This record gives sequence, structure tokens and C-alpha cells, in this order.
Amino acid sequence: MESSVATPPAAGGRPPRMGPPKSGKDAVEGSAAWRLSDRIGLAICWALGLLFCAIAVAIVVYLMVQGIQYLKLSMLVTPATAGFSQSQTGGFSDALFGTLIVAVMGISIALPAGIGVAVWLVEYGRPTALARITESTIEAIAGIPSIVLALFGTVIFSSTALGFLSRTSEGVVFGRSFFAASAMLSLVALPLVVASTREGLSAIPQHVREASFAVGKTKIATTRRILLPAARPQVATGAMLGLGRIIGDTAIIVVLLGATQNFAPVENSAFPFNYLRGAGTTLTNFVYEASPTGNLNQPQKAYAAAFVLLLLVLGLNAAVDVVHRRARKVGTWSS
Amino acid sequence: MEFIAPDVSELDRQIGGVSSDTPYPPPIRRLTLEDSEPATLVDAPATATGSSGAGSPGGFTAARRSIGAPQFSIRRMEIDDVSVSYSDREAVKGVSLPVRQGEVLAMIGPSGCGKTTLLRSLNRLTELTRTATLSGRILLDDVDITLIEPTSLRRRVTMVFQQPNPFPMSVFDNIAYVLREQGSRRQRKKALEPKVHSALERAGLFEEVKDNLDHPALKLSGGQQQRLCIARALAAEPEVLLLDEPCSALDPQSTQVIEDLIVKLRDDVAVVIVTHNLQQAYRIADHVAFMYLGELVEYSSATALFGSPREQRTKEYVSGAFG
Repeated sequence: MESSVATPPAAGGRPPRMGPPKSGKDAVEGSAAWRLSDRIGLAICWALGLLFCAIAVAIVVYLMVQGIQYLKLSMLVTPATAGFSQSQTGGFSDALFGTLIVAVMGISIALPAGIGVAVWLVEYGRPTALARITESTIEAIAGIPSIVLALFGTVIFSSTALGFLSRTSEGVVFGRSFFAASAMLSLVALPLVVASTREGLSAIPQHVREASFAVGKTKIATTRRILLPAARPQVATGAMLGLGRIIGDTAIIVVLLGATQNFAPVENSAFPFNYLRGAGTTLTNFVYEASPTGNLNQPQKAYAAAFVLLLLVLGLNAAVDVVHRRARKVGTWSS
Repeated sequence: MEFIAPDVSELDRQIGGVSSDTPYPPPIRRLTLEDSEPATLVDAPATATGSSGAGSPGGFTAARRSIGAPQFSIRRMEIDDVSVSYSDREAVKGVSLPVRQGEVLAMIGPSGCGKTTLLRSLNRLTELTRTATLSGRILLDDVDITLIEPTSLRRRVTMVFQQPNPFPMSVFDNIAYVLREQGSRRQRKKALEPKVHSALERAGLFEEVKDNLDHPALKLSGGQQQRLCIARALAAEPEVLLLDEPCSALDPQSTQVIEDLIVKLRDDVAVVIVTHNLQQAYRIADHVAFMYLGELVEYSSATALFGSPREQRTKEYVSGAFG
């Protein structure tokens, strides 16, 4: 048996600490030995960290308590209706579906486009001048407030050429639809997808690419089969952050989705285009309208809807966690 | 058998003891190995004894050659007056060398002497560096490699890198990736199985991984990862195998396994290995090319180059005067 010839652990491993350091203090540096200013700095960092944790926990707990209290499952399947008391105004099913629609449509534009841009920037990046311009353009988009994007969107989507994307009557293009809102929302998500994917691709050692080239693979095959799968966790993170922004945006919904309380399908289109060309609402818009400042002023339903919104976002976080955990099982290159 | 906990006080006595009045920092103590303890790896005598012989050219006789005389040799590649420059800096200056199947060719030389650049130019990987320019001719089976499509050239002249770099997928898929068409996923697992198995067998890895070919490749040990990379390079059924310091990131035991493998492979493919390790070159190479500052200083058989070098610079380098 192997253990019979085992050398004493102390001989092979780290030697035991022999004798104290000259100063007489513990060899492991503790904050007790720090200068006062450093200790205050550390204390502030600690306090701020705890504060943020407390705020996050407070939001989640408060919304859970309020949400569970007011949320009824019927609200998820009943559209909002006009009424004089909160018991008569129905639920927010249209808002919930609206959120899902803009999320799916927005990210299905932003994700492929973002991945494409990131791959081009990291793997090709030629001509350099164009790559630089693209980089700063994307950073600029990330910095534009979404209400400005929304205003810009109304100009674009009210043009006659894009009339097929929204309600049109007698030559006048309404310019507000799920298509219009999703397109502009994808611009909100795009920079996050690009940044995250770039980070993932840049982290792959150059010799891994060369290893693929060295067995006769093209750049495209390498990107599709090796690089993008290896960057999957970061791509997923980018998509999650982007989805979070899409779900959470209100300005674009108000301006570009019409912010009605129900779906307003277009009559002369086939399903599902009648809904997608029409106006609608989302959970964020519903929470805004149902809050005491909004037109509906029914705070209980605002809490219920906000709770559902929170659940969606927490679900996204959990999904990304699963992707990261899977990636850890695959492992990474030793550097 | 139960694990016998070492008697700490007995141990302290052996290594000189620790008492409270020991000065700080404590003096360095060395444990002397008992006779019964294995001081060297039984499987790797060359690795264990080789390093002591670096002082003189004669010291190389201490390293055991693990390669016999070649059974045959077929000329596969011809490097003809090749120079490679990065921008203005010339990394390789007018090198001419033959590459033969049935033999192992080792390229040695100090860092930055151009050996890796020369190796990478053999499968046109240098072309990935935008500033690199190449002059001269490199022939593969009498065809100029610039006339061959880079992707098909790189399947005929494959390469293994310094860092083990399996792809982030299963052991099986690492090999299958090479066998499949560009980016395609079409071919079924069943159809590829025999080829994957034979590639792993040739790289001496099959026995260790056959029970779990779905194991993530990046979770193998470093030596296994590097053998997987060799298996991957062999799966393309190349004529020439390029190895760029394949053992420099590995422990002596894994190095030994890979060296044995390289010796076995020389009959199937022409093997070119770049190495910093002179003992390694002596152990496994039939011919050795010594490069210095981009020039090929000396090219001859391993025994001749290490035993009786013709050039003064070679003599100095192999005797450890510089490097």
C-alpha cells in the first residue's frame, strides 16, 4: 500500500512556521497593524458593502411581502379593464405578455448583432480605423438615454417606408408598435452584449486559435466551433444584462409602444403581425401607471406587477448562473 | 494498511529541532534522503541524471539516448534559403534544412533565435502575423507550400504548441473536430469512432481515457492534455508533425511519456521539435539544428553535434557557456 512508504507530511510540504518574526507581531498581517487612515478606509468599504447588501435585501423582501400579499394568479391571465375600484380593474396579463414580447424580440435582434460586432472587433478588426469608429459608436449608444433613443425611433418608424411595421391609416403612419419598441430596445441591449462577448473572446489565449488553424480549420469554423462556445458564459452574461435593460426600460415603451393598457391589434393584418404592428404595454409601464403618480393609481397592483418583474429578473440571474456553472465543468486553459 | 501519523517530536529531532530561541529567520535545513527512499524516478533515468551533465559536452553521454538508429528516412520537406522578417527585424536568416520521415529533427538555440518562427513558417502559421514576410522556398513533397491552400497544408503539416491547449469540449469532440469538415457537425459519432480511437491510441492516451471519452478535455492532467493535442494533430493524418517545446509546461514524468511517444511516431510522420532542453534534443533527436540569432549555425546528427561540434558557437552553447 502506498501509505506505508508515506514520508512525513512536514518533510515535503510547507515547513512549519519557526519562531516569531522580530517585531513580535503575528506573521499574518492584520488590519491592527495598519495606519489609522487605512483602517478608516477599510471600515468605509465594509460599511458600504453591507449597506448595498442591506438595500438589495430590503428591496427583494419588501417587494416579496407586498407582492405576495396583493398578487393573485388571476391577475396574470386577466387583462386590465376600466373600473372604479381596484377589484374591478382586472389584472395585467397584457402587460406581462407585452414584456415577454419585447424581451424576446429585442434580444433576438441584439444578441446576433452584438455577437457579430464583437467577433468582428476581436477576431478581425480590419480596417483598424473602421473598428475604432465602431467601438466608439457602440460606447456612444450605451451612453444615450433611452428616452432620446425613443424620440429618434418615432422619427424613423413614422416614415412611410416603414409603415408596414405599425398602424397605418389613410397614409399616416402611427409609428408605435412592438416592432418599433423592440428595435429601439435592442439598441439598449446591444452595447452590453458586445462588451461582454468581446471580454469573453479576448480572454481566450491566442494559441488556442492557432491550434485550430494548425489542424487546417478556417477562421470561421474556429469562431463557430471553438471561440464562441468557449465564450458562452460571457455571451450569456451579456444577454442577461441586455434582457434586464429591455425588461426594465420604461421610456421607450411610453413613447414607442403607445403605452395603452391593453393590446391594440391592427385589423388588416394576420396573426401574429396584427399584435406586433399594434400598440401595447409592458410591466414597467403598468407599474408606472398603477403607481400613485400614474393615471390608474392602484398601488396594490403596482406592487403585484413589480413583484412579477422582480421574479423575471431573478430568474434571468439564475439562468446565467447555470450557464457559468456548466462552463466551470468544462474547465479553462492553464495560463 | 492504516496511515501512520509521523511522530512530530522525532521529526523535529531529525531536522534539528525547533525551540523558542531559534533565531529568525530560521536557518535553512535540508533533509537528507534515506537510502530506502526513491531518490530518482525509476522510469526516467535520463531525466534524472541528464541535468547534472550540462556542464561539458562530454556530459551528454550521461544522458541516455532513447532513440535508436533510423530504420529508413524519406525526405518530406525541404527548407531552402528561408528568411522570415517581422517588419524590419529579421528573425530567420537564409536557413536551409531537410525534414525527413523516419527521423526526429530537433531545433535548438537560445530564446529569440528564430527556431519557433522557422517552425511556424513550415505550415504557414507565420502568415497570421501581419508584419511577417517570408522569402525563400519551402517544399512539401516537392511542391512549394505557397501553392497549397493553407487549410489543406495545415492538415498535412500539423502542430502541437508549448501550452497544452485542448478545445473546451469532450475528449472525443476534440478529435472529432479535426475529422469533421470545416465547422460541420454532420458526421455521426458512430462513424467517427474508429478514427478517434486510433488517433488516441497513436498518442498513447486511449487506455487512460477509453472509459470516459465524454470527459471534458480541459479537466485532464497537463501531460494528458498535451498527448490529446498530439492525438488531435495526428488525427488529420499529417505527413509532418511540428512540436513547439511540447514538454516545457510539463513535469518530468509527463515529459518522459511524451518523449517516448515522439520516438515511436518518427516512422509514421516526419517529426520536427523545437526545444530549449539540450538533454531532450540529445535523447530523442536523430538530427539537430542549432540556430543562433536567426542563422543556422550547425546541422548534423545528434551525436555529432553534441559530441564533437564543428562550430565554436555550437561548442559554447552545448557546453553551457551561453544561452
